[in-house]
Amino acid sequence: MRIGHPFHPSAIGRHAALLITGALTLSPFIWMISLSAKSRDEMFDPGFFLLPKQWHAWENYSEALTAAPLLRFLLNGTIVCSSILALQLLICVPMAYALAKLRFRGRNALFGAVLFGLLLPHQVLALPIFILCHKLNILNTYAALILPFIVSPFGIFLFRQFFRTIPDDILHAARLDGLSEFSIVWRIGVPMSVPAMVAFSIFSVVAHWNDLFWPSIVIKTTQLMPPSLGVAAFRGIESGNDYGPLMAGTVIVVLPLLVAFGLAQRWFIEGLTSAALK
Amino acid sequence: MMPSSGISGHAAHAATSGPARLKTSVIDRFSEPIAAYLFVLPGAALLTILFILPVIAIFVIATTNWTFGSANLSFVGMRNFREVFADSVFRISFLNTIVYVLIVVPGTIGLGLLIALLIEARQSLRGFYRAIHFLPFMATLAATAVAWEMLLHPTMGLVNQAFSALGLPTANWLRDEKTVLPVLAFIGIWQNLGFAMVLFLAGLKAIPIDLYQAADIDGADGWFDRLSAVTLPMLAPVSMFVVVVVAIRAFEVFDTIAILTQGGPGRASEVLLYTLYRESFEYLRTGYGAAVTVVFLGIIVTLTLAQVGVMEKRVHYA
Repeated sequence: MRIGHPFHPSAIGRHAALLITGALTLSPFIWMISLSAKSRDEMFDPGFFLLPKQWHAWENYSEALTAAPLLRFLLNGTIVCSSILALQLLICVPMAYALAKLRFRGRNALFGAVLFGLLLPHQVLALPIFILCHKLNILNTYAALILPFIVSPFGIFLFRQFFRTIPDDILHAARLDGLSEFSIVWRIGVPMSVPAMVAFSIFSVVAHWNDLFWPSIVIKTTQLMPPSLGVAAFRGIESGNDYGPLMAGTVIVVLPLLVAFGLAQRWFIEGLTSAALK
Repeated sequence: MMPSSGISGHAAHAATSGPARLKTSVIDRFSEPIAAYLFVLPGAALLTILFILPVIAIFVIATTNWTFGSANLSFVGMRNFREVFADSVFRISFLNTIVYVLIVVPGTIGLGLLIALLIEARQSLRGFYRAIHFLPFMATLAATAVAWEMLLHPTMGLVNQAFSALGLPTANWLRDEKTVLPVLAFIGIWQNLGFAMVLFLAGLKAIPIDLYQAADIDGADGWFDRLSAVTLPMLAPVSMFVVVVVAIRAFEVFDTIAILTQGGPGRASEVLLYTLYRESFEYLRTGYGAAVTVVFLGIIVTLTLAQVGVMEKRVHYA
């Protein structure tokens, strides 16, 4: 049976194994931070030292920030991700509520279309939507980064599942109190499905913050690049031997999501795996 | 759709002038469809424009010889598909993708399961271990790929420094045709490991304690006995599901290739999604790119339907 003693050999073995796999898992992050604080000469010194002998962090970070508009990339990411999320919620929440709780003709066909949408990876839709963006004359704008994603079959599906668990009695009572269907959605449905809203929000923001495929198709101007495409472009410029600023740049790009993850770990894990459990 | 919403609109209008008690019940019955159509209209329209029509379009474009920007277009039937399957670049790309998936899936499943079992074995530091192993899954891959490039750097990289210190062979990992694909697959495992781990942890939590007690009574009380008699058989349905989900993610590999190798050296790391990207958006061979997209769609849809099948099975088990 399990032995609960903290100094039992199996307990120590477990910690040893997990600390090794954990250190290997974190090694790219550790290496990234370590190099971002070293000078070019020191990087090429033989032998491995985690901490720099001479701190070069200030030079690397300030050079990274002047060589590429890194803060602009973060701002672009924030604008794009928050716009996508706001529009997704605005469009998907009422639709999910109608699919879950209202009777109307064509409901099953529409839900079938949502399920069909769930089947399709967005890379498959890229070519026709690229052509659509070209026709709308919005290539190389924020709109091209935002509009293709404002309806999310996954969001509709997830919210519908949650709304279905709200008892009909509550909705009837709300209608008798004179609430419109519109108020019911936003004042009863949404507050009662907070876990789904949070999970979906994290899923959506992380997915679009990290996406490289679509931005590399529609964005050519450096000033409009989201973080992932920006760091790819920065690597292209700095592909010489000056890795310090490049590593400083990657730290700056990775940091916002890592900090958010540190603050709301459980929600992140739930949100990002909920997509698999659809 | 139109007639029913017209009728109910009329009825709802009439109801507003009726007595208060009647008003609520009639509105209840007839205003519901109006609200429903208002609620679903934007979503349904966008679903059509952004999902349904593009899928149809991709099949239509795949049967044309269109190149983006050109005014000429004629239907060529299945010619693009014959060209795709005859093209040596596509074949290499397809085979590379299969090899990549065949490394990433077992590697991710094996390590993810191992780490989940280790974490679940005892209480202490569970949250901490779960968090650090999950980190790569949510970090921006475009940035962490650059960190991997530095780790794998032929002279200053930590990997070669450690390997030569241990007397192991070193290499220019990302520039060598023999090593590039396994190394990219290793990065793929690193990235997806935490995802598989979390799904396995959920599966482990769902195993009823009394099964372990029953196994204990039957004499299966060692660590290995418990694992082989209870844990692994009970995890089988979850494992099937994790295999499919990780396989889909592995087929969609793009970021590491686009940033680190651009399909090279030679064609050694050319993969499906990168071929699709290059043909469609760099060479602007739109018809050909659409045909590659259809092939890619076929693979993903097959896997997703397999996932649905596995999910249904899992429901039966429960």
